[in-house]
Amino acid sequence: MSALRDAWARLPAAARYALLTFTLLALWQAYVTLGHVSPLLFASPLAVARALGAGFASGRLITATGATLEVLLGGLLLGSLAGFALASFAAFSRFGQDLLVVLSAIFNPLPSIAILPLAMIWFGLRPQSIVFVVALATIWPVALNTDNGFRTISTTTQLAARNLGLRGWKLVTDVLLPAALPAIVTGLKSAWAFGWRTVVAAELVFGVAGSSGGLGWYINNARYFLQTADIFAGLVVISVLGILVEALFGLLERRTVVRWGMKRAA
Amino acid sequence: MRPAQGKLSIEGAPPREPGPDRAVVFQDFDQLFAWRTVRDNVVYALRTARRFSKAEAGRRADDVLALVDITRAAERYPHELSGGMKQRAAIARAIALEPTMLLMDEPFGALDAITRQQLQIELARICASTAVTVVLVTHSIQEAIYLGDRVMVMSSFPARVREIVLTAHASDVDTPEFAHLTGHLRQLLVRT
Repeated sequence: MSALRDAWARLPAAARYALLTFTLLALWQAYVTLGHVSPLLFASPLAVARALGAGFASGRLITATGATLEVLLGGLLLGSLAGFALASFAAFSRFGQDLLVVLSAIFNPLPSIAILPLAMIWFGLRPQSIVFVVALATIWPVALNTDNGFRTISTTTQLAARNLGLRGWKLVTDVLLPAALPAIVTGLKSAWAFGWRTVVAAELVFGVAGSSGGLGWYINNARYFLQTADIFAGLVVISVLGILVEALFGLLERRTVVRWGMKRAA
Repeated sequence: MRPAQGKLSIEGAPPREPGPDRAVVFQDFDQLFAWRTVRDNVVYALRTARRFSKAEAGRRADDVLALVDITRAAERYPHELSGGMKQRAAIARAIALEPTMLLMDEPFGALDAITRQQLQIELARICASTAVTVVLVTHSIQEAIYLGDRVMVMSSFPARVREIVLTAHASDVDTPEFAHLTGHLRQLLVRT
Protein backbone atom coordinates (compact mmCIF):
# COMPACT_ATOMS: atom_id res chain seq x y z
CA MET A 1 0.00 0.00 0.00
CA SER A 2 2.77 2.39 0.96
CA ALA A 3 4.68 1.37 -2.17
CA LEU A 4 1.67 2.45 -4.20
CA ARG A 5 1.51 5.70 -2.31
CA ASP A 6 5.19 6.38 -2.99
CA ALA A 7 4.76 5.60 -6.67
CA TRP A 8 1.84 8.04 -6.82
CA ALA A 9 3.81 10.80 -5.11
CA ARG A 10 6.76 10.24 -7.46
CA LEU A 11 4.64 10.91 -10.55
CA PRO A 12 4.79 14.43 -11.97
CA ALA A 13 1.84 16.61 -10.97
CA ALA A 14 0.46 16.77 -14.50
CA ALA A 15 0.42 12.96 -14.69
CA ARG A 16 -1.34 12.68 -11.30
CA TYR A 17 -4.03 15.14 -12.36
CA ALA A 18 -4.47 13.47 -15.74
CA LEU A 19 -4.78 10.05 -14.14
CA LEU A 20 -7.36 11.30 -11.65
CA THR A 21 -9.36 13.01 -14.37
CA PHE A 22 -9.25 9.91 -16.52
CA THR A 23 -10.38 7.72 -13.61
CA LEU A 24 -13.31 10.03 -12.90
CA LEU A 25 -14.29 9.95 -16.57
CA ALA A 26 -14.07 6.14 -16.60
CA LEU A 27 -16.27 5.89 -13.48
CA TRP A 28 -18.76 8.25 -15.09
CA GLN A 29 -18.82 6.21 -18.30
CA ALA A 30 -19.17 2.95 -16.35
CA TYR A 31 -22.08 4.37 -14.35
CA VAL A 32 -23.96 5.38 -17.48
CA THR A 33 -23.21 2.18 -19.43
CA LEU A 34 -23.64 -0.39 -16.68
CA GLY A 35 -26.47 1.43 -14.91
CA HIS A 36 -28.53 1.76 -18.09
CA VAL A 37 -29.20 5.39 -17.28
CA SER A 38 -31.58 7.12 -19.65
CA PRO A 39 -29.58 9.37 -22.03
CA LEU A 40 -32.30 11.97 -21.51
CA LEU A 41 -31.25 12.31 -17.87
CA PHE A 42 -27.53 11.79 -17.92
CA ALA A 43 -25.09 11.79 -20.83
CA SER A 44 -22.02 9.57 -20.86
CA PRO A 45 -18.56 11.11 -21.40
CA LEU A 46 -18.47 9.60 -24.88
CA ALA A 47 -21.83 11.14 -25.75
CA VAL A 48 -20.63 14.46 -24.37
CA ALA A 49 -17.48 14.21 -26.48
CA ARG A 50 -19.63 13.57 -29.54
CA ALA A 51 -21.87 16.52 -28.65
CA LEU A 52 -18.78 18.71 -28.21
CA GLY A 53 -17.47 17.60 -31.58
CA ALA A 54 -20.78 18.23 -33.30
CA GLY A 55 -21.18 21.59 -31.53
CA PHE A 56 -17.77 22.77 -32.67
CA ALA A 57 -18.19 21.32 -36.17
CA SER A 58 -21.50 23.12 -36.70
CA GLY A 59 -19.98 26.28 -35.22
CA ARG A 60 -22.86 26.75 -32.81
CA LEU A 61 -20.75 26.07 -29.74
CA ILE A 62 -18.02 28.39 -31.05
CA THR A 63 -20.51 31.18 -31.67
CA ALA A 64 -22.00 30.69 -28.22
CA THR A 65 -18.57 30.74 -26.57
CA GLY A 66 -17.62 33.82 -28.54
CA ALA A 67 -20.82 35.60 -27.52
CA THR A 68 -20.25 34.80 -23.85
CA LEU A 69 -16.61 35.86 -23.89
CA GLU A 70 -17.48 39.08 -25.69
CA VAL A 71 -19.98 40.30 -23.11
CA LEU A 72 -17.79 38.98 -20.29
CA LEU A 73 -14.66 40.81 -21.47
CA GLY A 74 -16.66 43.98 -22.12
CA GLY A 75 -18.13 43.90 -18.62
CA LEU A 76 -14.82 42.91 -17.04
CA LEU A 77 -13.01 45.77 -18.77
CA LEU A 78 -15.62 48.36 -17.79
CA GLY A 79 -15.91 47.07 -14.24
CA SER A 80 -12.15 46.82 -13.70
CA LEU A 81 -11.46 50.30 -15.04
CA ALA A 82 -14.22 51.78 -12.90
CA GLY A 83 -13.02 49.83 -9.87
CA PHE A 84 -9.44 50.91 -10.44
CA ALA A 85 -10.47 54.54 -10.87
CA LEU A 86 -12.52 54.38 -7.68
CA ALA A 87 -9.58 52.92 -5.73
CA SER A 88 -7.18 55.53 -7.14
CA PHE A 89 -9.58 58.29 -6.16
CA ALA A 90 -9.78 56.75 -2.69
CA ALA A 91 -5.98 56.69 -2.46
CA PHE A 92 -5.75 60.44 -2.98
CA SER A 93 -8.65 61.87 -1.02
CA ARG A 94 -10.63 61.33 2.14
CA PHE A 95 -13.83 61.91 0.15
CA GLY A 96 -12.85 59.22 -2.34
CA GLN A 97 -12.15 56.80 0.50
CA ASP A 98 -15.57 57.53 2.04
CA LEU A 99 -17.25 57.16 -1.34
CA LEU A 100 -15.66 53.76 -1.82
CA VAL A 101 -16.68 52.62 1.67
CA VAL A 102 -20.31 53.67 1.23
CA LEU A 103 -20.75 52.49 -2.37
CA SER A 104 -19.16 49.10 -1.78
CA ALA A 105 -21.10 48.62 1.47
CA ILE A 106 -24.35 49.17 -0.42
CA PHE A 107 -23.64 47.35 -3.67
CA ASN A 108 -21.13 44.64 -2.81
CA PRO A 109 -23.64 42.44 -0.91
CA LEU A 110 -26.06 42.60 -3.86
CA PRO A 111 -25.61 39.64 -6.19
CA SER A 112 -25.31 41.60 -9.41
CA ILE A 113 -27.52 39.06 -11.20
CA ALA A 114 -30.36 40.54 -9.13
CA ILE A 115 -29.88 43.77 -11.09
CA LEU A 116 -30.56 41.97 -14.39
CA PRO A 117 -34.32 42.73 -14.43
CA LEU A 118 -33.53 46.42 -13.99
CA ALA A 119 -30.81 46.26 -16.62
CA MET A 120 -33.30 44.69 -19.01
CA ILE A 121 -35.68 47.58 -18.46
CA TRP A 122 -32.90 50.12 -19.00
CA PHE A 123 -30.98 48.54 -21.86
CA GLY A 124 -33.55 46.22 -23.36
CA LEU A 125 -32.95 42.68 -24.56
CA ARG A 126 -29.49 43.53 -25.81
CA PRO A 127 -26.00 42.35 -24.83
CA GLN A 128 -25.50 45.72 -23.10
CA SER A 129 -27.75 44.50 -20.30
CA ILE A 130 -25.42 41.60 -19.53
CA VAL A 131 -22.33 43.77 -19.93
CA PHE A 132 -23.79 46.13 -17.37
CA VAL A 133 -24.53 43.35 -14.90
CA VAL A 134 -21.05 41.83 -15.34
CA ALA A 135 -19.45 45.25 -14.85
CA LEU A 136 -21.37 45.60 -11.58
CA ALA A 137 -20.16 42.19 -10.48
CA THR A 138 -16.50 43.01 -11.17
CA ILE A 139 -16.18 46.60 -10.00
CA TRP A 140 -16.23 45.81 -6.26
CA PRO A 141 -13.67 43.04 -6.05
CA VAL A 142 -11.30 45.17 -8.17
CA ALA A 143 -11.95 48.39 -6.25
CA LEU A 144 -11.72 46.85 -2.77
CA ASN A 145 -8.62 44.76 -3.48
CA THR A 146 -6.83 47.59 -5.27
CA ASP A 147 -7.69 49.96 -2.44
CA ASN A 148 -6.36 47.44 0.05
CA GLY A 149 -3.24 47.04 -2.07
CA PHE A 150 -2.66 50.80 -2.14
CA ARG A 151 -3.14 51.13 1.59
CA THR A 152 -0.71 48.34 2.46
CA ILE A 153 2.21 49.70 0.40
CA SER A 154 5.11 50.03 2.80
CA THR A 155 5.83 53.52 4.10
CA THR A 156 9.47 53.21 3.09
CA THR A 157 8.55 52.45 -0.51
CA GLN A 158 6.34 55.54 -0.59
CA LEU A 159 9.00 57.70 1.02
CA ALA A 160 11.58 56.45 -1.48
CA ALA A 161 9.20 57.37 -4.31
CA ARG A 162 8.63 60.86 -2.93
CA ASN A 163 12.36 61.29 -2.50
CA LEU A 164 12.70 60.84 -6.26
CA GLY A 165 10.19 63.65 -6.69
CA LEU A 166 7.37 61.38 -7.90
CA ARG A 167 3.80 62.52 -7.54
CA GLY A 168 0.39 62.47 -9.19
CA TRP A 169 -0.30 60.12 -12.06
CA LYS A 170 3.36 59.11 -12.45
CA LEU A 171 3.42 58.06 -8.81
CA VAL A 172 0.37 55.86 -9.47
CA THR A 173 1.66 54.16 -12.60
CA ASP A 174 5.33 53.83 -11.63
CA VAL A 175 5.11 52.95 -7.93
CA LEU A 176 1.62 52.49 -6.47
CA LEU A 177 0.47 50.18 -9.26
CA PRO A 178 3.41 47.75 -9.26
CA ALA A 179 3.68 47.88 -5.47
CA ALA A 180 0.00 46.98 -5.16
CA LEU A 181 0.06 44.47 -8.00
CA PRO A 182 -0.30 41.34 -5.82
CA ALA A 183 -3.58 42.72 -4.43
CA ILE A 184 -4.68 43.98 -7.85
CA VAL A 185 -4.18 40.56 -9.42
CA THR A 186 -6.14 39.00 -6.55
CA GLY A 187 -8.91 41.49 -7.28
CA LEU A 188 -8.88 40.70 -11.00
CA LYS A 189 -8.99 36.99 -10.25
CA SER A 190 -12.07 37.25 -8.10
CA ALA A 191 -13.57 39.74 -10.56
CA TRP A 192 -13.11 37.14 -13.27
CA ALA A 193 -14.71 34.47 -11.07
CA PHE A 194 -17.68 36.69 -10.21
CA GLY A 195 -18.03 37.85 -13.81
CA TRP A 196 -17.87 34.34 -15.23
CA ARG A 197 -20.62 33.09 -12.90
CA THR A 198 -22.71 36.19 -13.50
CA VAL A 199 -22.53 36.06 -17.28
CA VAL A 200 -23.59 32.41 -17.44
CA ALA A 201 -26.42 33.00 -14.97
CA ALA A 202 -27.56 36.09 -16.88
CA GLU A 203 -27.61 34.19 -20.16
CA LEU A 204 -29.68 31.41 -18.59
CA VAL A 205 -32.31 33.95 -17.56
CA PHE A 206 -31.93 36.19 -20.55
CA GLY A 207 -31.94 33.82 -23.49
CA VAL A 208 -30.85 35.19 -26.83
CA ALA A 209 -29.20 38.59 -26.71
CA GLY A 210 -28.98 40.18 -30.13
CA SER A 211 -28.24 37.84 -32.98
CA SER A 212 -26.85 34.90 -31.02
CA GLY A 213 -26.94 33.52 -27.49
CA GLY A 214 -24.03 32.65 -25.26
CA LEU A 215 -23.14 29.47 -23.40
CA GLY A 216 -25.88 29.95 -20.79
CA TRP A 217 -28.40 30.20 -23.56
CA TYR A 218 -26.82 27.19 -25.28
CA ILE A 219 -27.35 25.10 -22.15
CA ASN A 220 -30.88 26.29 -21.58
CA ASN A 221 -31.78 25.82 -25.23
CA ALA A 222 -30.50 22.21 -25.12
CA ARG A 223 -32.75 21.64 -22.12
CA TYR A 224 -35.83 22.68 -24.12
CA PHE A 225 -35.05 19.99 -26.64
CA LEU A 226 -33.92 17.48 -24.01
CA GLN A 227 -30.51 17.26 -25.68
CA THR A 228 -28.84 16.36 -22.44
CA ALA A 229 -25.44 15.71 -24.02
CA ASP A 230 -25.44 19.28 -25.33
CA ILE A 231 -26.11 20.59 -21.82
CA PHE A 232 -23.06 18.69 -20.61
CA ALA A 233 -21.04 19.95 -23.58
CA GLY A 234 -21.85 23.54 -22.61
CA LEU A 235 -20.85 22.85 -19.02
CA VAL A 236 -17.56 21.30 -20.13
CA VAL A 237 -16.71 24.37 -22.21
CA ILE A 238 -17.47 26.64 -19.24
CA SER A 239 -15.29 24.57 -16.93
CA VAL A 240 -12.38 24.25 -19.38
CA LEU A 241 -12.39 28.00 -20.11
CA GLY A 242 -12.33 28.63 -16.37
CA ILE A 243 -9.28 26.37 -16.01
CA LEU A 244 -7.52 28.12 -18.91
CA VAL A 245 -8.08 31.58 -17.45
CA GLU A 246 -6.84 30.41 -14.04
CA ALA A 247 -3.69 29.18 -15.78
CA LEU A 248 -3.35 32.53 -17.52
CA PHE A 249 -3.50 34.34 -14.18
CA GLY A 250 -0.94 31.90 -12.80
CA LEU A 251 1.39 32.72 -15.68
CA LEU A 252 0.87 36.46 -15.14
CA GLU A 253 1.74 36.07 -11.45
CA ARG A 254 4.86 34.03 -12.14
CA ARG A 255 6.06 36.67 -14.60
CA THR A 256 5.47 39.54 -12.19
CA VAL A 257 4.77 39.35 -8.47
CA VAL A 258 6.40 35.95 -7.93
CA ARG A 259 9.48 36.96 -9.91
CA TRP A 260 9.73 40.16 -7.85
CA GLY A 261 9.50 38.23 -4.60
CA MET A 262 6.21 39.92 -3.60
CA LYS A 263 4.32 36.67 -3.58
CA ARG A 264 5.48 33.13 -3.16
CA ALA A 265 4.93 30.65 -5.96
CA ALA A 266 1.87 28.47 -5.47
CA MET B 1 8.32 71.07 8.08
CA ARG B 2 8.02 73.79 10.70
CA PRO B 3 10.68 74.22 13.38
CA ALA B 4 9.43 74.78 16.95
CA GLN B 5 11.76 77.74 17.09
CA GLY B 6 14.58 79.16 15.04
CA LYS B 7 14.96 78.72 11.30
CA LEU B 8 15.31 75.71 9.03
CA SER B 9 17.26 76.33 5.89
CA ILE B 10 19.35 74.44 3.34
CA GLU B 11 21.82 76.59 1.47
CA GLY B 12 19.90 79.69 2.48
CA ALA B 13 16.40 78.56 1.50
CA PRO B 14 13.83 76.73 3.61
CA PRO B 15 13.18 73.15 2.38
CA ARG B 16 9.62 72.86 1.06
CA GLU B 17 9.23 69.28 -0.12
CA PRO B 18 11.29 66.12 -0.53
CA GLY B 19 13.63 66.15 -3.49
CA PRO B 20 16.43 64.14 -5.04
CA ASP B 21 19.01 66.82 -4.19
CA ARG B 22 18.62 65.46 -0.66
CA ALA B 23 18.80 61.73 -1.32
CA VAL B 24 17.69 59.49 1.53
CA VAL B 25 18.90 56.03 2.48
CA PHE B 26 16.49 54.33 4.88
CA GLN B 27 16.98 51.54 7.37
CA ASP B 28 14.28 49.30 5.87
CA PHE B 29 15.24 47.00 3.04
CA ASP B 30 12.06 47.71 1.05
CA GLN B 31 13.26 51.14 -0.04
CA LEU B 32 14.30 49.57 -3.34
CA PHE B 33 11.51 49.00 -5.85
CA ALA B 34 10.91 45.25 -5.75
CA TRP B 35 9.74 45.14 -9.39
CA ARG B 36 12.99 46.52 -10.78
CA THR B 37 16.41 44.94 -10.86
CA VAL B 38 19.21 46.64 -8.93
CA ARG B 39 20.47 48.32 -12.09
CA ASP B 40 16.94 49.32 -13.12
CA ASN B 41 16.38 50.88 -9.72
CA VAL B 42 19.36 53.16 -10.28
CA VAL B 43 18.53 53.83 -13.94
CA TYR B 44 14.90 54.63 -13.09
CA ALA B 45 15.97 57.05 -10.34
CA LEU B 46 18.33 58.83 -12.72
CA ARG B 47 15.76 59.06 -15.49
CA THR B 48 13.00 60.25 -13.18
CA ALA B 49 14.79 62.55 -10.80
CA ARG B 50 17.58 63.80 -13.03
CA ARG B 51 15.96 63.39 -16.47
CA PHE B 52 19.00 61.56 -17.83
CA SER B 53 18.73 59.92 -21.24
CA LYS B 54 18.52 56.15 -21.24
CA ALA B 55 22.10 55.63 -22.40
CA GLU B 56 23.48 58.23 -20.03
CA ALA B 57 21.56 56.79 -17.08
CA GLY B 58 22.80 53.31 -17.95
CA ARG B 59 26.41 54.43 -18.06
CA ARG B 60 26.16 56.32 -14.81
CA ALA B 61 24.36 53.39 -13.12
CA ASP B 62 27.13 51.01 -14.14
CA ASP B 63 29.75 53.37 -12.72
CA VAL B 64 27.96 53.71 -9.40
CA LEU B 65 27.26 49.98 -9.08
CA ALA B 66 30.97 49.39 -9.58
CA LEU B 67 31.77 52.04 -6.96
CA VAL B 68 29.68 50.26 -4.28
CA ASP B 69 30.86 46.88 -5.55
CA ILE B 70 27.58 45.22 -6.54
CA THR B 71 28.11 44.95 -10.29
CA ARG B 72 27.68 41.19 -10.10
CA ALA B 73 24.17 41.65 -8.63
CA ALA B 74 23.13 44.33 -11.13
CA GLU B 75 20.54 42.22 -12.91
CA ARG B 76 19.07 40.71 -9.75
CA TYR B 77 15.78 41.67 -8.15
CA PRO B 78 16.01 43.08 -4.59
CA HIS B 79 14.40 40.03 -2.98
CA GLU B 80 17.26 37.90 -4.28
CA LEU B 81 19.84 39.93 -2.33
CA SER B 82 21.10 39.81 1.24
CA GLY B 83 20.39 42.74 3.55
CA GLY B 84 23.89 44.11 3.09
CA MET B 85 23.62 43.96 -0.69
CA LYS B 86 20.26 45.74 -0.59
CA GLN B 87 21.78 48.54 1.45
CA ARG B 88 24.65 48.78 -1.01
CA ALA B 89 22.13 49.07 -3.83
CA ALA B 90 20.20 51.75 -1.95
CA ILE B 91 23.41 53.70 -1.37
CA ALA B 92 24.24 53.31 -5.06
CA ARG B 93 20.86 54.71 -6.05
CA ALA B 94 21.25 57.63 -3.66
CA ILE B 95 24.75 58.68 -4.68
CA ALA B 96 23.98 58.17 -8.38
CA LEU B 97 21.67 61.18 -8.08
CA GLU B 98 24.70 63.29 -7.09
CA PRO B 99 22.79 64.91 -4.25
CA THR B 100 24.17 67.90 -2.40
CA MET B 101 23.17 66.08 0.75
CA LEU B 102 22.91 62.40 1.59
CA LEU B 103 20.54 61.68 4.47
CA MET B 104 21.01 58.27 6.05
CA ASP B 105 18.52 57.05 8.65
CA GLU B 106 20.26 54.20 10.49
CA PRO B 107 21.27 52.67 7.17
CA PHE B 108 23.16 49.78 8.75
CA GLY B 109 20.86 49.26 11.73
CA ALA B 110 19.38 45.99 10.52
CA LEU B 111 22.66 44.39 9.44
CA ASP B 112 24.85 41.87 11.21
CA ALA B 113 28.01 43.20 12.86
CA ILE B 114 30.48 42.06 10.20
CA THR B 115 28.46 43.29 7.22
CA ARG B 116 27.90 46.51 9.10
CA GLN B 117 31.61 47.06 9.57
CA GLN B 118 32.30 46.30 5.91
CA LEU B 119 29.71 48.81 4.79
CA GLN B 120 31.07 51.43 7.18
CA ILE B 121 34.48 51.11 5.57
CA GLU B 122 32.90 51.29 2.10
CA LEU B 123 30.83 54.32 3.00
CA ALA B 124 33.88 56.14 4.32
CA ARG B 125 35.67 55.35 1.05
CA ILE B 126 32.71 56.45 -1.11
CA CYS B 127 32.27 59.70 0.81
CA ALA B 128 35.95 60.46 0.40
CA SER B 129 35.61 60.01 -3.37
CA THR B 130 32.56 62.28 -3.71
CA ALA B 131 31.88 65.76 -2.45
CA VAL B 132 28.58 64.94 -0.77
CA THR B 133 27.56 66.08 2.71
CA VAL B 134 26.28 63.12 4.71
CA VAL B 135 23.91 63.36 7.65
CA LEU B 136 23.76 59.95 9.28
CA VAL B 137 21.57 58.91 12.20
CA THR B 138 22.90 56.02 14.25
CA HIS B 139 22.61 54.38 17.64
CA SER B 140 26.14 53.05 17.45
CA ILE B 141 28.77 55.17 19.19
CA GLN B 142 31.53 53.39 17.32
CA GLU B 143 29.83 54.08 13.99
CA ALA B 144 29.33 57.74 14.84
CA ILE B 145 32.99 58.29 15.74
CA TYR B 146 34.33 56.21 12.88
CA LEU B 147 32.21 57.76 10.12
CA GLY B 148 31.49 61.19 11.51
CA ASP B 149 33.40 64.42 11.44
CA ARG B 150 30.98 66.09 13.80
CA VAL B 151 28.82 64.00 16.14
CA MET B 152 25.69 65.69 17.45
CA VAL B 153 24.51 63.86 20.54
CA MET B 154 20.73 64.06 20.90
CA SER B 155 18.56 63.57 23.96
CA SER B 156 15.25 61.79 23.44
CA PHE B 157 12.56 63.70 25.38
CA PRO B 158 12.66 66.50 24.50
CA ALA B 159 14.87 65.97 21.48
CA ARG B 160 17.71 68.42 21.88
CA VAL B 161 21.32 68.56 20.82
CA ARG B 162 23.31 67.86 23.99
CA GLU B 163 26.70 68.49 22.54
CA ILE B 164 28.55 68.61 19.26
CA VAL B 165 31.72 66.53 19.40
CA LEU B 166 34.41 66.83 16.76
CA THR B 167 35.61 63.41 15.68
CA ALA B 168 37.13 64.01 12.24
CA HIS B 169 40.61 62.92 13.28
CA ALA B 170 39.47 59.68 14.98
CA SER B 171 39.20 56.88 12.46
CA ASP B 172 41.36 54.18 13.98
CA VAL B 173 39.38 52.19 16.49
CA ASP B 174 42.45 50.91 18.33
CA THR B 175 43.70 54.25 19.62
CA PRO B 176 43.39 55.78 23.08
CA GLU B 177 41.75 58.78 21.47
CA PHE B 178 38.96 56.63 20.01
CA ALA B 179 38.43 55.03 23.39
CA HIS B 180 38.33 58.42 25.05
CA LEU B 181 35.71 59.74 22.59
CA THR B 182 33.66 56.57 23.05
CA GLY B 183 33.62 57.07 26.79
CA HIS B 184 32.70 60.72 26.42
CA LEU B 185 29.81 60.02 24.05
CA ARG B 186 28.52 57.21 26.22
CA GLN B 187 28.46 59.55 29.20
CA LEU B 188 26.53 62.13 27.21
CA LEU B 189 23.97 59.50 26.19
CA VAL B 190 23.34 57.95 29.60
CA ARG B 191 23.14 61.29 31.40
CA THR B 192 19.57 62.04 32.35
